[in-house]
Amino acid sequence: MEAYIKGIGIVSPQNTFDTPDFLTELVEHNSKTLRCIEPSYKEFLNPILSRRMARIIKMSIAASSVCFKDAKIDMPDAIMTGTALGCLEDTEKFLVAIIENDEQFLTPTSFIQSTHNTVSAQIALQLKCMNYNFTYVHKGFSFESAVLDGLMTLAEGDAKNVLVGGHDEISEKYYRVCDRIGYWKKEEQVLTMDLINMESDGSIAGEGASFFVFSNEKTENCYAVLCGIKTIYKPESNAEIETKINELLHTKGLTTNDIDLVVYGINGDARFDKTYNNLKEGIFKNSTATYFKHLCGEYQTSASFALWMAANIIKRQTVPNAVLIGENKSKVIKNVLIYNTFLNTDHSVFLLSQC
Amino acid sequence: MSSKIYITGMGMISAIGNNVAESLASLENSNSGIGTLENIRSRHKAIIPVGEIKASNEELTAMAGLLPEQQSTRTALLGLIAVQEALKTAGITDIKEFRTGIISSTSVGGMGTTENHWYEYLDKEKTGPWLKYIEAHECGDSTEFIADKIGIKDYLSTISTACSSSANAIMFGARLIKHGILDRVVVGGTDSMTRFTINGFMALMILDKEKCKPFDSDRQGLNLGEGAGFFVIESEKSAKGKEILAELSGYGNSNDAFHQTASSPDGAGAYLAMEKAFKVSGLKPTDIDYINAHGTGTSINDLSEGTAIDKLFSKNVPNISSTKAFTGHTLAACAAIEGIFSVLAIKHNMIFPNLNYVNPMTELSFKPTTTLEKGKKINHVLSNSFGFGGNTSALIFSRHQ
Repeated sequence: MEAYIKGIGIVSPQNTFDTPDFLTELVEHNSKTLRCIEPSYKEFLNPILSRRMARIIKMSIAASSVCFKDAKIDMPDAIMTGTALGCLEDTEKFLVAIIENDEQFLTPTSFIQSTHNTVSAQIALQLKCMNYNFTYVHKGFSFESAVLDGLMTLAEGDAKNVLVGGHDEISEKYYRVCDRIGYWKKEEQVLTMDLINMESDGSIAGEGASFFVFSNEKTENCYAVLCGIKTIYKPESNAEIETKINELLHTKGLTTNDIDLVVYGINGDARFDKTYNNLKEGIFKNSTATYFKHLCGEYQTSASFALWMAANIIKRQTVPNAVLIGENKSKVIKNVLIYNTFLNTDHSVFLLSQC
Repeated sequence: MSSKIYITGMGMISAIGNNVAESLASLENSNSGIGTLENIRSRHKAIIPVGEIKASNEELTAMAGLLPEQQSTRTALLGLIAVQEALKTAGITDIKEFRTGIISSTSVGGMGTTENHWYEYLDKEKTGPWLKYIEAHECGDSTEFIADKIGIKDYLSTISTACSSSANAIMFGARLIKHGILDRVVVGGTDSMTRFTINGFMALMILDKEKCKPFDSDRQGLNLGEGAGFFVIESEKSAKGKEILAELSGYGNSNDAFHQTASSPDGAGAYLAMEKAFKVSGLKPTDIDYINAHGTGTSINDLSEGTAIDKLFSKNVPNISSTKAFTGHTLAACAAIEGIFSVLAIKHNMIFPNLNYVNPMTELSFKPTTTLEKGKKINHVLSNSFGFGGNTSALIFSRHQ
C-alpha cells in the first residue's frame, strides 16, 4: 500500500498557506498558544456562509481548496479526515449556552456545527461530493487513521484520488482546561523557537488544518510517495518501538541505514522527549534530524504538519534551517521517516520516499 | 487475506436490556424501552420520552466488574459492558492469540461528564476526583479505556460521523481484516444520554413529545436513546473452528451532500450507500429478506430513506421495520445495535415489529411490519444508518453457509 502525494494545502501558525515559501520567513508567536495565520476566505466561501462558520471549518475549506488546486483535481473519490476534538469552538458555545440559559432559548447552529464530522461534511457539501466520507476522532491516532484509510481506499482500486486531512483548533478555554492536567508549560514566558532546549514538563499548544491529495497516479508535480504508516499504542519499551519501525521499513526492503532524514515530534516536554532522543542517538544516529512543534505547537493531529514538511523536504531537496537539529548529514534526501507521539500514549511512524 | 468477514461475538446494552438475551426478549414481546428520563437532570425531563438505561454510573461500574475508583464516563462504561459480552460470546480468552484491534465510535464521547463539570474545570481554585475526566472528554479516550481493560494493543481507532458512526466502525474493521492488517477486530459504538444532545435535538425541533412513530404519516420526530453495541468480527484464519453467528457480506458509505443536518428528499446518499453495499456483497435487492431501517421517526429521514428504498427495490420492498421505537435513537451506537438485531433476525428467523405505526405514508409503496413475524427463513438483512453531515451507510448481514 502506497500513495503519491499529489497536492497539499495547509493553514498553520506559520506562513504555509498557498505560498512558494518553505519556512524561510518564520512567525514567532509570543505566546504559549500558537494560533493559525488565517487566510482571506473571500476566494473560498461566500461571505454570508463564512460569517456563520467556525474558524476550523473555514480554515479546512480553504486548505482543502488549495490542495485540490495543487493536485489539479476538481473532485476527490473519497474524503477522510482526522480530528481529536472536532469543532471545539462550536461545542463550547453550545455547552455554555445550555448552562447559562438553563436549557432554554437555544438555537441549533452551534449544535449542528459541533458534530465531529462537520469539516469533512462541509467539504463534501461545498463540492457536492457524494463519495465515501469518514471522520476519525482518536486522539493522537486521528490523522493516522485517516491516512491508513486513504492508503487502503486507493489499494482497493475504486478510487484514484482521495482527500486526507488533519484538523484541530485550540480555544482559550480548552487551553486552560488542559493546563490543569499538565499539558502545557508552566513558565510565564516561553521562547517557542527555543522549545527543543527546554527542560521543564509540558509543551506549547498549537492547531492546524492540513489537507493532502493521495493518488495512485504519479504526476510530474508529485511531492513524495507515502510508503506506509504504523501506529503504536502505549509502547512498553524502546525495543518495541524499534521493532515496529523495522517492520515498516522491511515492507519496502529498507533498513534504518536507508533513512536519510527523520522528522521528530519533539515538543520540549521533558517527560516525553526521551522517546525521540533514544531514536535520534540510537538507530537513526546517522540520519539528519529535524523537528517541527516549535513552529505549529502540540496538538493531536500535528503529524499532518510533519507530513507537509517531510513531503516538501523530499520534493525540494532542502532542509530549512529552522527545523534542523544539528547538521544536515544528507546530500540527497531519498527516504524520510516521521516519528510522532501525543502524550507518549499514541505513537505513529510514517515512511516517505522520493517519487 | 480473508475475503469473508465472520461475526463470532456480539454484545449490547440499551434501554431494552443489559445484554443480547434480554434485548431479544424485549423485541419478541414488544417491550419498548422508551420512558421518562431519570439518570440526568434536565428541565425537559417531563416533556420528552427517552430510551434510557436504568442504571447509574456507579451501577454500570459494578456491572463492568470494576472497582468504584475505576469508574469512567458513562459512554466508556456502556462500551466496556457491551465489549465484554461480545468477547465472551466469541469465546476469546487470550486477546493476544491473534492480531486484534478495536474500532469504536461515539458522537458524545465524555460530554456527559464535561457538561457537569465545565465551570469547575475552568476554575483553578477547585479540585476534585472529576479532574480525571478532562482527558475523558475526547472521543478516543473511551476507546482507550475499553482497550486497556481488555488488553487490546495492536490497533485502535475511533470514528465519529454522527448517527452512522458504528456502521462506519464496522466497515473500517472489516476492511482492516480484508487488507490483512488485523485478524480480528472488536467493532461498534457507544453513546450515553447527555443534556448536550437532548438540547441540541430540542433546538432542531426533531424530538417527538410522545413515543416515536417511524414511517407513520403522523410521525413527529425521534426519541433519544443511549447504549452500546459491539461485534467481534474475524478472518477465516482466526474464526476457524468457531461458531459463526453470521457474515458481514456488504457495506457501503456515501454522502448525501445536500444539507448539514437534513437528508435530501429523494434520498440520493442513502441510495448510493445501499447500492455500494450490494456491490460489495454481490447480492441483489431480491435476495434481501428483511430491512432494518434507520427509521428515526423524523419527517425528513423516513421520507428520504423510504424513497431511496422504494427506488432501489423497484417498489418490491421486503419486510421492513425500524426498531428505534424500542431503543430510542442511540446515535453513534445505533448501527451496531441494529446490526445485532439483524443477526438475531437471521439466527432466529424473526422480523421485529415497527412499533407505534398506524397511518401509512402516501409517498411510499410499503408498510412496515408491525407485529413479530416468525418462521420465514431470513438469509440476508440490510441495515441502514444515516447521520448529520449527509453521512449515509448501509450494511448487509448474511447467514453463514
